[in-house]
Amino acid sequence: MSLASTLLRSRAVGALTSPHGVDRYLEIVNPMWAAHEVRARLVDIQREVDVPGEPPVATLTFQPTNTWAGHRPGQYVQLSVDLPGARRQTRCFTLSSHSSRPGERFTITMRANPDGEVSRHLVEQAALGQIVHLSQAQGDFVLPDRVPDHVLFITGGSGITPAMSMLRSLLLRTHRGRITFLHYARSAEHQIFRAELEQIKTAGYGIDVHLVYPEQGGRNFSALELERIVPDFRDVDTWLCGPAGLVEAVRPAYEADGPNDKLRVEYFKPPRASGVAGGRLSFDRTGAATDNTGASILEQAEAAGLTPAFGCRMGICFGCVTTKTEGTVRNVLTGDTSSLPDEEIRICVSSPEGDCAVDL
Amino acid sequence: MSDTIKLTPEQLEEFGAEMDAIRRRIAADLGEADAAYLRKVLKYQRGFEVAGRALFYLPVIGWVPAVAALSVSKILDNMEIGHNVMHGQYDWMGDPALNSRMFDWDNVCPGDQWKHSHNYMHHTYTNIVGKDRDVGYGILRMDEDQKWNPYYLGNPLYAFLLMTFFEWGVMLHDLEVEEIVAGRRTWAETKKLRGGMLRKAKKQVIKDYLLFPALTGPLFPLTLAGNAVANLVRNIWAFNIIFCGHFPAGVATFSIEETENETRGGWYYRQLLGSANISGSDLMHVMSGNLSHQIEHHLFPDIPARRYPEIAQDVRAICEKYDLPYNTGPLHKQLGSVFVKICRLALPSRRTKSAAPASAGQTALAA
Repeated sequence: MSLASTLLRSRAVGALTSPHGVDRYLEIVNPMWAAHEVRARLVDIQREVDVPGEPPVATLTFQPTNTWAGHRPGQYVQLSVDLPGARRQTRCFTLSSHSSRPGERFTITMRANPDGEVSRHLVEQAALGQIVHLSQAQGDFVLPDRVPDHVLFITGGSGITPAMSMLRSLLLRTHRGRITFLHYARSAEHQIFRAELEQIKTAGYGIDVHLVYPEQGGRNFSALELERIVPDFRDVDTWLCGPAGLVEAVRPAYEADGPNDKLRVEYFKPPRASGVAGGRLSFDRTGAATDNTGASILEQAEAAGLTPAFGCRMGICFGCVTTKTEGTVRNVLTGDTSSLPDEEIRICVSSPEGDCAVDL
Repeated sequence: MSDTIKLTPEQLEEFGAEMDAIRRRIAADLGEADAAYLRKVLKYQRGFEVAGRALFYLPVIGWVPAVAALSVSKILDNMEIGHNVMHGQYDWMGDPALNSRMFDWDNVCPGDQWKHSHNYMHHTYTNIVGKDRDVGYGILRMDEDQKWNPYYLGNPLYAFLLMTFFEWGVMLHDLEVEEIVAGRRTWAETKKLRGGMLRKAKKQVIKDYLLFPALTGPLFPLTLAGNAVANLVRNIWAFNIIFCGHFPAGVATFSIEETENETRGGWYYRQLLGSANISGSDLMHVMSGNLSHQIEHHLFPDIPARRYPEIAQDVRAICEKYDLPYNTGPLHKQLGSVFVKICRLALPSRRTKSAAPASAGQTALAA
């Protein structure tokens, strides 16, 4: 860390710029100057897949501020962008480039989801130079520091991105062990990173790449097929990422003899609230109440027929902040619990611990 | 005040629907221009602040411009930015830095406490004597219906002190000291509030009266004095603008009884008759945080303030249609009228108010 950034992050500068904080001053001079927050500038867009009539997939390269702490392959980031109409939206995206060090460029590969304003804007409309707001990289779906002798990736569709980040990092580290890469795409023209994977397949790195295209006669996943490629797959460290259909097909194959900790799974979704069920969750304003299922208060309120305001649904935008009048809640992102009365909480990332009441 | 309620329940409902229509139209139109405006004001405010802090390094010739720049910065920060952002006027932008839940201002009063006393108590119960604690702030007599006692002989003095120490007054407002004196609230109940006040005040005091003066080395006393003057200028200006909002002659107050079961139309009606505007230049409007459009602000507290001048045209047309008063005037006129009221109410009312008139308007704001 440079002297300037150490100084900017110091308590003295914090006290001088109170209550707004130093970033509120730096951003006015240059949006790429920051002491605490992470922002990035879009520096390149490459279309990966462009099938007419279907949502395109693109790889976006970002230059982050020097506050970016780097990422481990497989991690995701919360990205916010000001959409036309000056409305900022936030979504999670997996990083697709090999691991990055602090301040280093990285890429995100995304499909322009027809229902997703953020991905559509970034893939189809954003101009180079666009500034985005980021969290630090997050997520446990990563390679361990000591990579096992044999790693197996099973991915489907755009679930390829975390595996690609891991694969690229392994190539960079000249990993000596065995790597098996099994990917399902609808067809060859829907294949993301096609040229690079073909090149890896034939380059003699010894990486076993299987690209399966069910729409072109490739067979859907089955335990039998996998056994043909990796006979002892249940004992091999496996990273699985893809749509629900693929995950639901693969998981039973691994768990035929009970739970299997060799299989690590990631869905295309932000982290879900998973609290402890038990107790009653009451809604003061409407008088409704429900048995606490352990899900987020937002989800439980919606299940009870209420329509609380919400935004990102992942604890960033503060659009869902509500007063908790009684009880204890657990922040599902940090695991912290809090029992203060009349506390403002983000209900999308808070789950009740026992009896709890909120002003909804 | 009941003699001023001259709409029938049907008219009141129609009046409310017209106000709702204005709100919907503006809310649907919010976008880039509003965001760009706020960011521009922020840029100016930060610019004035940095310039002000820096000019203190120029001894003698720098001091007056430094104080001026810092005063402008604090006024913009507290009024056009802080007050309005903390009302949630820009929450739709989704920018955490400009969100009412996150923003705090360059003022000793913690933003979250102010939001309770101001956004909730004052804006909901505007000008209901006995409910809206902004009627006299618990220390002044600003309405005939507040019972006189000899304490109020000091009304002008208390007002002068409140003006001088306005940010501290705003900070202490949430303690509801008069309720503690009256025995309706215990000191222990205010523990959490006091903690928040101390933390925020400490940060502000360290910044303005220790760190920035220390950074100017031998000029410490001059910088300290300059920062104090800037805070004072902001205090005086904010006090004057805010006192013109609800206290000029002609502004109505309401009783708890006549606002029971109030309809939405009735609420709009009370906001309109309970507020007063200040006419003036665009610069005056910006420097007052557009609280010079207090009427429009009270009708639509969470609509970005830069829209108030545009809304005012429609509101005035509606007032003409229903023959309702629209209280506005230049700053000196409104201030003069407030000054007269502060002095007059220091003395007991000459006419004794009978309980009778209240009955006429008892349910006038209800359906």
